[in-house]
Amino acid sequence: MKMHRINAIVYRHLSLYKRSLTRLMEIIYWPVLDLMVWGFVTIYLRKYQGALPSFVSFFLGALILWDIFFRAQQGISISFLEEVWSRNLLNLFVSPLTPAEFIFGTLIVSLFKVIATFLVTFCLALIFFSFNIFSLGLPLFLFLLNLILMGWAIGIITTGAILRFGQEAEVLAWGLAFLFQPVSAVFYPVSVLPPVLQKIAWWIPASHTFEAMRTVIQHGPFPAGELAWAFALNGVYMILAALFFSWMLKEVRVKGLLLKSGE
Amino acid sequence: MSAIILKVEELVKQFKDVRAVNSVSFEVSEGEILGLLGPNGAGKTTLIAMLLGILTPTSGAITIFGKTFKNHREDILSLVNFSSTYISMPLSLTVRENLTFFAKLYHVPNYGSRIRELLGLCEIERFENHLTRDLSSGQLSRLNLAKALLNRPKILFLDEPTASMDPDMADKVRQLLVGLKKEFGSTIIYTSHNMREIEQISDRIIFLHRGEIIANGPPQQIIKLFQKENLEEVFLEVSRETSTK
Repeated sequence: MKMHRINAIVYRHLSLYKRSLTRLMEIIYWPVLDLMVWGFVTIYLRKYQGALPSFVSFFLGALILWDIFFRAQQGISISFLEEVWSRNLLNLFVSPLTPAEFIFGTLIVSLFKVIATFLVTFCLALIFFSFNIFSLGLPLFLFLLNLILMGWAIGIITTGAILRFGQEAEVLAWGLAFLFQPVSAVFYPVSVLPPVLQKIAWWIPASHTFEAMRTVIQHGPFPAGELAWAFALNGVYMILAALFFSWMLKEVRVKGLLLKSGE
Repeated sequence: MSAIILKVEELVKQFKDVRAVNSVSFEVSEGEILGLLGPNGAGKTTLIAMLLGILTPTSGAITIFGKTFKNHREDILSLVNFSSTYISMPLSLTVRENLTFFAKLYHVPNYGSRIRELLGLCEIERFENHLTRDLSSGQLSRLNLAKALLNRPKILFLDEPTASMDPDMADKVRQLLVGLKKEFGSTIIYTSHNMREIEQISDRIIFLHRGEIIANGPPQQIIKLFQKENLEEVFLEVSRETSTK
């Protein structure tokens, strides 16, 4: 991998965000709306029920972390879609840029987006709901890392699918992450799921991360087991995602689909 | 005698039941301008895609600078470039930002001055800070050409580079390409539907028909072979034969 080519990808995408208000809004608009709406709903519920301690922390912590996962995934797939939309894929594939360098560049772009989303939601949660996500302490960084890794794995798979199936697969960039939400135990513990879905949930790194988050909020012991599972699963899924992308790229080169990209 | 820098041997590309390229073999020498001609569906785009490494051949071999794509993709692609009227560039970036992006990608040394030089050469310096989406199709073609020249490619692949240019600009581009060959010994592989243009600048022409080479030689030799007055007449005969069969 050559740093100058990764740097080129980062430069290209950051230049895009420099003057595009709509793209900038996309990074913060939905996370802010989610946070405001659900933040006030949780305050309302706490006032009138008051039975569940730490409810606001559970909910707002989950909301902020879920958005980190979603933005990490989108950071990769939207960067790729930008190339499809601008009919620039051929220019990239006839250059010495390797697929690994392209993916690595988009991972860095996605990291910028994640940081922007995190800072905005952190500030708003603190101002409007007096919730400081840093109260989760050091484990917060491990939660973030796991969710970013899972977002990247799904982002790479989504990108491979768009490369292979074209803009028909674009919907995956917006929707695939949400497929995992019901079984990722984001807003409720895995134990509330039916037994079949519980079995699925344990294969999802995010489920372990959100269980770990709830343990920390309830002042339980350091969730080493949950985090170890999340990291191990993420390692496996990152490898599988890379293999899937390579397979799709090989298919595209055999079938000549790059010549039809953007159609 | 110039060195062979591109060698194609028995190249085949099969798409399901269509054989787009069938046992094509040829060589290209350093500093040569090679015109690829043929009616729609003759296999020109498929052939260029294989030469650029974006399409895997079904069988046969491509050697560029004595290397194959399998083991030397980055090395080969660092020394070639491509421009087509039919592909675009990030439209929300300015002309300069686009050229900077590609200069970084190709690791062009001292790219600021190279970009200035190419903006002048392609006569788009006054659009330097314009968004690419605001360019006309002719201006976009010139930007594409500037991008393709950034890394001073040893082989330049051009797919109808003058298709959307006015006659004045198209003539300047032709002069530029001939100048590149003379000054830097650049090899150019060129497709165009402008027969006069191909006749004017090509040292040699490969005429493709149904995925096979039906003629390979200097323009005058091909005209003579088909017993016609010019390349356009040759092209029309081949095309009409295609449509009636």
